[in-house]
Amino acid sequence: MSGPVHAAEGVHATRRDYLTGFILAALLTIAPFALVMRPGAIGPVATGAIVMGLAAVQVVVHMIYFLHMNRRSEGGWTLLALLFTLLLVGIVLSGSMWVMSHLQNNMMPIPMDEMR
Amino acid sequence: MTTTLYAAAAGASRFHRAQEPHAESSTLLGFWIYLMSDCLIFAVLFAVYGVVGRNYAGGPTGGDLFDLPTVALNTGFLLMSSITYGMGLVAAQDHRVRQTLAWLGLTGLFGCAFLGLELKEFAHLIGEGAGPQRSAFLSSFFALVGTHGLHVLCGAIWLGTLMVQVARRGLTPTSSRRLMCLSMFWHFLDVIWVGVFSFVYLLGALR
Repeated sequence: MSGPVHAAEGVHATRRDYLTGFILAALLTIAPFALVMRPGAIGPVATGAIVMGLAAVQVVVHMIYFLHMNRRSEGGWTLLALLFTLLLVGIVLSGSMWVMSHLQNNMMPIPMDEMR
Repeated sequence: MTTTLYAAAAGASRFHRAQEPHAESSTLLGFWIYLMSDCLIFAVLFAVYGVVGRNYAGGPTGGDLFDLPTVALNTGFLLMSSITYGMGLVAAQDHRVRQTLAWLGLTGLFGCAFLGLELKEFAHLIGEGAGPQRSAFLSSFFALVGTHGLHVLCGAIWLGTLMVQVARRGLTPTSSRRLMCLSMFWHFLDVIWVGVFSFVYLLGALR
């Protein structure tokens, strides 16, 4: 007899999943903090790239182990919604930075008395 | 007319499904769609921070302001609250009401510790004259981190009301469904925080 929680949605959360996710997430959190708080041989640009790379991996870990994402949940609609959102997030983030950096580099400085 | 068509179709072999397959409960999918829209709000705030996050207006930079040990502790609080919520959900599946409540209570404590530390950090920044009105960098910083904090506050209030419901009515299908929704909300906030501590705090401290 399945309990009300899985009767409601078909996701079975297991202790093992959460513990695996927790250990992975903890490692993926400690590593970037250690990297930034104890500057080593690599420069700030490489450190920044590694920090963002580890963040992306950690987001995937959270999605799989904590949010129970898979291709089957709700007939695949959650994954489809997620992918569509990621597309929009990518457009918003990269588009904004791209457009605004061009604006910053190519605009003539505006005199103070015209700034209203 | 329609009746005859249906009658004819009933005799013939069918090439389509009589009924579209859909999930038994659409609540969780609907809540997921809400989270995705919330994700877009955060995407916009991240984009604003990405665009103006280096406009210091002669004021303090992230490297001057951010206290990484505090941020690390706060990140630990939120991560701990995620695992305790997960344990609460596992206990709920096994119909252990008391255990569920204990885990949820622990989750709430970690959430409140996170909020307390964040408020302390904000008060410290504003006290130093690094409030949201100081520079574009600080405006976007407070908007992004503050919105996340506001979400955590709402989650904590939701958690409190849900604990009262579970304590009074037990683990009914309704409260279990709500537990699942809050689970998604809570873990989603942790995902957003991964972006915040990486993109805002760690990259900010590098500059």
